[in-house]
Amino acid sequence: MFKRLSEPKAPVTFEFEGQPLKGEAGESIAAALLAAGIIDLRRSGEDDSPRGPYCMIGNCFECLVWIEGQGSRQACREPAREGLKLRRHPGRPDPQAFGGGS
Amino acid sequence: MASSTLGAQAPTRSCDIAVIGGGLLGSAFGWGLARRGQVCQVFDEGDTAVRTARGNFGLVWVQGKGLGMGRYARWSLQASRLWRGFADELEAATGLDLAYSRGGLRFAHSEQDLQATVNNLKQIQSDMVEEAYQFETLEHSALKKRLPLVGDIAGATFCEHDGHCNPLMLLRALHQDMQRLGATYRPNTKVERIEPLAGGGYRLLDGQGERLCEAEKLVIAAGHGSRALAEQSGIELPIHADQGQVIVTEKVASAFSYTSDIIRQTDNGSFLLGASSRDVGMDTRTDLSTLGQIARECVQVFPFLRQLRMQRAWGAVRVMTPDGFPVYQHSKSYPGVFSFACHSGVTLAACHALEAAQWVIDGAIPSDFDDFHPKRFHVQASI
Ligand SMILES: Cc1cc2nc3c(=O)[nH]c(=O)nc-3n(C[C@H](O)[C@H](O)[C@H](O)COP(=O)(O)OP(=O)(O)OC[C@H]3O[C@@H](n4cnc5c(N)ncnc54)[C@H](O)[C@@H]3O)c2cc1C
Ligand code: FES
Repeated sequence: MFKRLSEPKAPVTFEFEGQPLKGEAGESIAAALLAAGIIDLRRSGEDDSPRGPYCMIGNCFECLVWIEGQGSRQACREPAREGLKLRRHPGRPDPQAFGGGS
Repeated sequence: MASSTLGAQAPTRSCDIAVIGGGLLGSAFGWGLARRGQVCQVFDEGDTAVRTARGNFGLVWVQGKGLGMGRYARWSLQASRLWRGFADELEAATGLDLAYSRGGLRFAHSEQDLQATVNNLKQIQSDMVEEAYQFETLEHSALKKRLPLVGDIAGATFCEHDGHCNPLMLLRALHQDMQRLGATYRPNTKVERIEPLAGGGYRLLDGQGERLCEAEKLVIAAGHGSRALAEQSGIELPIHADQGQVIVTEKVASAFSYTSDIIRQTDNGSFLLGASSRDVGMDTRTDLSTLGQIARECVQVFPFLRQLRMQRAWGAVRVMTPDGFPVYQHSKSYPGVFSFACHSGVTLAACHALEAAQWVIDGAIPSDFDDFHPKRFHVQASI
């Protein structure tokens, strides 16, 4: 669906649902996932339907993704980094899964 | 019915009762009156008005209400008793889900705090004369048993009469159903003047002097807009603004099945944290120091909240009376003009709709509710 105009100059490797992916250091996670053909980043907290990035500028919260060790994050506002482990956001995560704190 | 002679101008429509304000109080009255067969019109200013009905916390709250006025404690308990049936009726008529559920905790951070709450509740019980509401005192370990996620706080008091709902759905249900019952809802219409008519009844006019309607009786329930209207009708209305801010978190799985006065989880999974209380006039802006204070207090109760992302926050202003108790009155000089003001419009919606609407039809507020008259504010000091 989306095609990179050029190969990453500073490639980073990260994972989504256990699948290794490549992105450009500093580009947003959302951009990297879209370039990899992954548009289904989360489940809706209302009706469990699949959702993905929409505005790409931090406004709509459609792009929420689960970053291991961090929890819910807007994929369009987080830079892709080497070694990130991402999961599809479950919509309504169990607060106990957030770790720490409690 | 007199027909309009104004030709091209907007027709003067007449009705039994005109309700000024379409927020939580006005809508409850409009619905309650339409449900009792009254021909009524509900006037509601537009989006720029201060509209508390759209900024509240959604509690149907009893615990602690009425310290110093038994009448108010009993009225709040009555609201809670009526609420289930009230919600059922609105849900059946509209198909909307008001998300009403019960069981409320007031968390106490310290032992002194817990003791003070218990003392207050006992005082209220003894003031209630008639049947008082019950509560349970939960020390830390008893609370932890019920709520394993609770942090290191002294305890809580639990009251089965407390509850919460989706207040936006409540407002929408009242609006939708009052119109089904025949009430006319007139949005974007600010009432500026009230004129008594020679043959009885009143005429309402807007800012341009345009006639809006003629009515036999009036209910002034316009929140912060009430004062200016009440003054024209010989009614004293001592209200001021009390600002509250609320934090909304991301949605998470169900983690708190009760409600509390500062933390509740909505039916769609968000946590609402709040609400502060500040005397800053008609200011609905949020500020970091207030939001930080709210967050700190709530994280002490449920440490897991620290991990949640805040999604947004808002500010709104309560309609507050000098002693915090409702102000209800029927004008002496303008018979048939009633005014109602209070800060717990969600809680009392059931009472306003199912009981107080009848007072307006009867033409008098029962003497049992004399405590709610503002004459209580000018008691002369005795020697
Ligand atoms: C932060 C916060 C939290 C709260 N939490 C709770 C809670 O948990 N439980 C609870 O029970 N209560 C709560 N409240 C209080 C509750 O929201 C209010 O009691 C209630 O909204 C007041 O209703 P009202 O109809 O008097 O005013 P509003 O709801 O403000 O409605 C007034 C209406 O009158 C209209 N109006 C004004 N002037 C005119 C005019 N001249 N002509 C025509 N229309 C006019 C306005 O457009 C508005 O729609 C909270 C309030 C705040 C601020
Ligand atoms: S895509 Fe809209 S906030 Fe990220």
